[in-house]
Amino acid sequence: MTSHAFIEKAQGLAADAVELSQGLNELAHEAVGLAARGAETSGGTSPLVMGITVFVLAVFVGYHVVWRVTPALHSPLMSVTNAISSVIIVGGLIAAGAGVAGGAGGAGFSEIMGFLAVTLASINIFGGFIVTQRMLAMFKRKQK
Amino acid sequence: MDQNLASLLYLGASVCFILALRGLSHPETSRGGNRLGMIGMAIAVAITLAMLPEVDFVLILAGVLVGGTIGTAIALKIQMTALPQLVAAFHSLVGLAAVFVAAAAFTNPAAYGLGVPGHIGAASLVEMSIGAAIGAITFTGSIIAFAKLQALMSGKPIIFPMQHWLNLGLGILTVLLVVWLSTAESGVAFWAIVAVSLALGVLIIIPIGGADMPVVISMLNSYSGWAACGIGFTLQNNLLIVAGALVGSSGAILSYVMCKGMNRSFVSVILGGFGGETAGPAAGEAGEKTYHQGAAADAAFMMRNAEKVIIVPGYGFAVAQAQHALREMADLLKAEGVEVKYAVHPVAGRMPGHMNVLLAEANVPYDEVFEMAEINREFAEADVALVIGANDVTNPSARTDRSSPIYGMPILDVDKARQIFVIKRTMASGYAGVDNPLFYLDHNMMLLADAKKMCEDIVKALDR
Repeated sequence: MTSHAFIEKAQGLAADAVELSQGLNELAHEAVGLAARGAETSGGTSPLVMGITVFVLAVFVGYHVVWRVTPALHSPLMSVTNAISSVIIVGGLIAAGAGVAGGAGGAGFSEIMGFLAVTLASINIFGGFIVTQRMLAMFKRKQK
Repeated sequence: MDQNLASLLYLGASVCFILALRGLSHPETSRGGNRLGMIGMAIAVAITLAMLPEVDFVLILAGVLVGGTIGTAIALKIQMTALPQLVAAFHSLVGLAAVFVAAAAFTNPAAYGLGVPGHIGAASLVEMSIGAAIGAITFTGSIIAFAKLQALMSGKPIIFPMQHWLNLGLGILTVLLVVWLSTAESGVAFWAIVAVSLALGVLIIIPIGGADMPVVISMLNSYSGWAACGIGFTLQNNLLIVAGALVGSSGAILSYVMCKGMNRSFVSVILGGFGGETAGPAAGEAGEKTYHQGAAADAAFMMRNAEKVIIVPGYGFAVAQAQHALREMADLLKAEGVEVKYAVHPVAGRMPGHMNVLLAEANVPYDEVFEMAEINREFAEADVALVIGANDVTNPSARTDRSSPIYGMPILDVDKARQIFVIKRTMASGYAGVDNPLFYLDHNMMLLADAKKMCEDIVKALDR
C-alpha cells in the first residue's frame, strides 16, 4: 500500500467519523425532543388525569377552608372568590399576546377575544380585590 | 422561562389563593389574606406573560388599563347596600370572559398548544365546550340576577307551563352539541353551544323569586368557579383548575348555608316559584287581630331603663339606610350603661353576610354582632328586643305551627325577650307571605314607620 493510498483511506475514515458524529448528534437532539415531550405528559399520565387529580384535591381544600370562614365575612368571601376566579385572565393573556405567533386563520379573531377577556377579567380583579379590601377595613374591634 | 419553574410559581400563586380564603376565618387575619390574594394574582399574570414567546403588549396593556380603571372606579364608589348587585354583575363578567377564552382557544388552538384548527383533540374540545357552556350560563344568569336585585325587573318568579321540561330539553341539546363538536370540530356546534347556554342561563334564573336571591348569588358564584375550572382543563393550567375549584366549592357551601337558613331544599329553590303571589291564607286575617302600637318615646324610655337590649336588623333596615341612625342610638344607650348586642340571622340582607358588612360600615364593632346560634339563648335574659325591618326570621310559627309554609326555618327567638319593639313600615306580611304572630303578642309594641326615621326619632327622645 502506498503512502498516498493510505492517506486517502485515512481521509475517508475521518469523513465517516464526522458523518457518524453528526448522526449521533441528530439522534441526541431527537432524544432530547422526545424526553421533553415525555416530560410534558409527565411520564405517561395524561394531562386530563393530572388535571382531575389537581381538581379533586383542590375541591377538598376549598371545602375545608371555606367551612372555617366566619359567617360574618361571607360577603367578603364572595367578592374575593369573584376576584380569584378572574384568574381566567391567564387564558385571555395568551390569546391577546399571541399576535402573529398564532399564525394562520383565526389569529385576528382570537386576539380580539383575548383582549375582551383580559378587559373583563381586569374589571373583576381590580373591582373584586378593592371592594373586598374596603369591606374588610370596616370590620373593627370594640374600642376599650 | 423554564416550564418547571413556571409551574412551581403557579403553585405558589395557588397557595396564595388558598391562604386568602383561609384568612377570612377571622376579621383580624382577613386583610392580610386579601393582600396575599392580590399577590397570587400578580404572580399568575407575570408568569403567564413571561412564558409567552412573542408578546403583543399593546393589546394586553390596553385591556388591563381599561378594565382596571373601570373596576377600581366601581369598587371605590359602590354603596354597601348595592353590594349584591355588584357581585352579580362581576359574576357575569367572569362568565363572559370564560366564553371569550374558550372561543379564542377554539379559533386559535396553536397559541395554547392544542394543535391546529381542524385537529384539536376531542378531550380539549369537550373541556373547551364545558368552559364555554358554564361561562355562558353564568353570564346571562347573573345578568338576570342583577336585574332583579337592581329592581330593573320584578323580583316575582316568572313561570310558564313546561318550563322545567324546556330547561331539561335544552340541557340535553347542549350535551348532544358537545358530542357533535368533539367528533366534527364544527364551528357551528361551538357557537350553538354558546347560544343554547346563554338561553339556559336566563331560563334557569327567571323562575326564582327575589326572596331566594341569596341562594342564587351563591349559586352563580359557584358556577363562575366551575367555568374557570373548565377553562383550566382546556389550557392544562393547574392554577386555573385550583382557583376554579376553590371558588366553585366556596359558592356551593354558601348556597347550602343559605338554603339551611331558609329551611329550603336546594332543588326547590332551583325549581323556583317561591316568594310570589302564593301568599299563605293566614295573611288575610291580619286585620282582625289587635296589636299595640307605640311611639319613639316608648321605645326610648324602655330601652334607657333596660339592662340588656338585643337589636335584630333585617332587610328593611338595609333598604331604609338606617345603619348610622341605629349606631347613634346604640351609642347613646351604651353611654347610659345599657348592654347592646346585635343578632344577625344567616339570611338577613340579600346576600350571605350582607348585614354584617352594613353594620360594620356603620362602625358597629364586630364583637357586638352575633350569629343566630351564638345569641339565641340570650333573648330570654334580654329586657328589650328591637326588631328593625325583619319579619319572617322572627316568626314564632316557624317553631310551632306545622301548617305554616316557613315551619322548620331556624328563627331568632325574639318572642322570649321581656319587651319587644318591631319597627316596620306597615303591618303587611313578609316575603314568604305569612302572617307573623309575634306582632300580636302582648309584650310587643309596633313602631310603624320608616326604619331610619324611627331610629332618628328614638335618638331624639333619648337625647332629651
